[in-house]
Amino acid sequence: MTDIKIEIRDLYKVFGNNPEAAMKHVHAGISKQDLLDHHGHVLGLRDINVKIKSKRIQVIMGLSGSGKSTLIRHINRLIEPTEGEVIVDGDNVLAMSTEELRDFRRHKASMVFQRFGLLPHRTVSQNVAYGLSIQGISEGEAFERSQRWIDRVGLAGFEQHFPAQLSGGMQQRVGLARALATDAEILLMDEAFSALDPLIRTDMQNILLDLQEELHKTIVFITHDLDEALRIGDEISILRDGEVIQQGDPQSIIMKPADDYISDFIKDINRGRVLEVRSIMEKANRATGPKMGIKTPLEDALQQLVNAGKDSGAVVADDGKTIGKISMGNAIAAMARPDRVNEGPRYK
Amino acid sequence: MEFFSEFPELGRGDLRDFKKAVDFGFRSFSRAYGEGIENFFDPLLQFMIWFERLLINSPWPIILAAIAGLAWLGSRSWKLVLGSVICFIIIGYFGMWENTMATLAIISVATLVCIGVGIPLGIWMAKSNRVQSIITPVLDVMQTIPSFVYLIPVVMLLGIGKVPGLIAVCIYAAPPIVRLTNLGIRLVDEEVLEAADAFGANYKQRLWGVQIPLALPNIFAGVNQTIMMALAMVVIASMIGVRGLGVPVLQAVSNQYLALGLMNGLAIVAIAIIFDRVSQKYGQRLQAYRKGSGHD
Repeated sequence: MTDIKIEIRDLYKVFGNNPEAAMKHVHAGISKQDLLDHHGHVLGLRDINVKIKSKRIQVIMGLSGSGKSTLIRHINRLIEPTEGEVIVDGDNVLAMSTEELRDFRRHKASMVFQRFGLLPHRTVSQNVAYGLSIQGISEGEAFERSQRWIDRVGLAGFEQHFPAQLSGGMQQRVGLARALATDAEILLMDEAFSALDPLIRTDMQNILLDLQEELHKTIVFITHDLDEALRIGDEISILRDGEVIQQGDPQSIIMKPADDYISDFIKDINRGRVLEVRSIMEKANRATGPKMGIKTPLEDALQQLVNAGKDSGAVVADDGKTIGKISMGNAIAAMARPDRVNEGPRYK
Repeated sequence: MEFFSEFPELGRGDLRDFKKAVDFGFRSFSRAYGEGIENFFDPLLQFMIWFERLLINSPWPIILAAIAGLAWLGSRSWKLVLGSVICFIIIGYFGMWENTMATLAIISVATLVCIGVGIPLGIWMAKSNRVQSIITPVLDVMQTIPSFVYLIPVVMLLGIGKVPGLIAVCIYAAPPIVRLTNLGIRLVDEEVLEAADAFGANYKQRLWGVQIPLALPNIFAGVNQTIMMALAMVVIASMIGVRGLGVPVLQAVSNQYLALGLMNGLAIVAIAIIFDRVSQKYGQRLQAYRKGSGHD
């Protein structure tokens, strides 16, 4: 369950005329701004180390300009790094020959794009079958195999439409179906839902989560939207100015933000809905009060406590054994913003 | 002060020697290689002769039907088909049928040659910035240099006839298709190309599956322009022995035959308009998929 599928090691990317020469300044610890001002090179990524677990959704989050889209393009080498390694299943993607890389892209990692990247001159079914036709699979078989995915993303009946005839949400369903049709184990999603309006976006997130429950792909998901990251991410890496500043599961990021930047970032989220009882429970073998699962959001936990008229409850594991207890006071304290609890405003 | 009033030019003797050297050099080049080059173009010449004979010797109703059929295939518009047929009937009725067929023959062959050379060249240009920076000025020269200037070496090399006429037409008419092929490929959406790369498309799949189809409307605009410019060269080509509607125009110019000149000139215009409308309609149909319609 927790084996590593993709490992990014010591990855650097410098944009400019002579990145190799600029690297010695980077190693010497020059700031991004100084590198740009004095040497005319842009530091895209600095010393990235991320281990992406197999069959999980790894979210890489950051604001625009943080290098997140650059980072995801290193995984299938649409962008060449200046230094570093990307290991997928033990193979270094960056050491692959052109043929090996092509094979890797055809069979191992498929991609969904922010602005969909559909082929405007091909119909929906031709688009979904694109990855298969690139592999050299005959048209009949490609259509047969892609039809399943067209149905799965809810586009049945639109097979003969062209992308321009579809709404944004439907176009991205085509993009998703196209990426799924190659049966690649790795799905790279570059701000895949960012161009969609909020309702459609929630819709697509549901589709993705449903699919993931059944398919168990390794998904790398790029987003600038914290709510989206918390909603779908099993693991989150936060990127800022080309550096990873915190990694972990959503609970640990909210409970223990690594620095002021992140605590500022998370200050407006609905903590009661995101935090789960497992993050704040006290370990215990026995407890009284209403029983709740470890993944119950605090909101629901409080509701249960109030309904039961108790001020503490029992946290039970999937097998029904009590593993901890939660009190109303703790739950309320966890829902308050940390900067209000601490000695004063941490961020001005 | 003489330096400022008189431009410091090459001495008269030097200039004469320079011109002589160039002339002599080219003359000996054409003596040495003229025949070889002529032989090289011989298959093309045979094809042109065959095609012209085919058009002239076929019964006129068959040609008319073929024109109507092509117009329908290209435009899917009855109005255009009807218009083309009426134009050709008038042309034939006024005694210009044979010349029109000869002109159609050279235009068709010239367009085919331009497409055959121009599209690969445009693809090559789109692939490499260096190639683009070399070919662009060459295209500029081809389009702006007065036709008569390159007629001289062509005639020196190949004499008078169909092939030099064809070369003259092609030099003038090829640049648009090269330019627009290059432009069309370069304008293809980066993200679509990135998607093709991300799915592991190789160079061929990228070119034929994405770049060419998406550049097709532009490439087709290039074909349209090439046809138009080839028609514009009909009269000049007739000066070096190409048959067709240009010959009577040339006669009319030298003898002040107003009616003759007008008739043949208008026939060229009519052909140009038919080609243009039909190929534009076809170009529009090529990009029908871009229209967002019918989604609910």
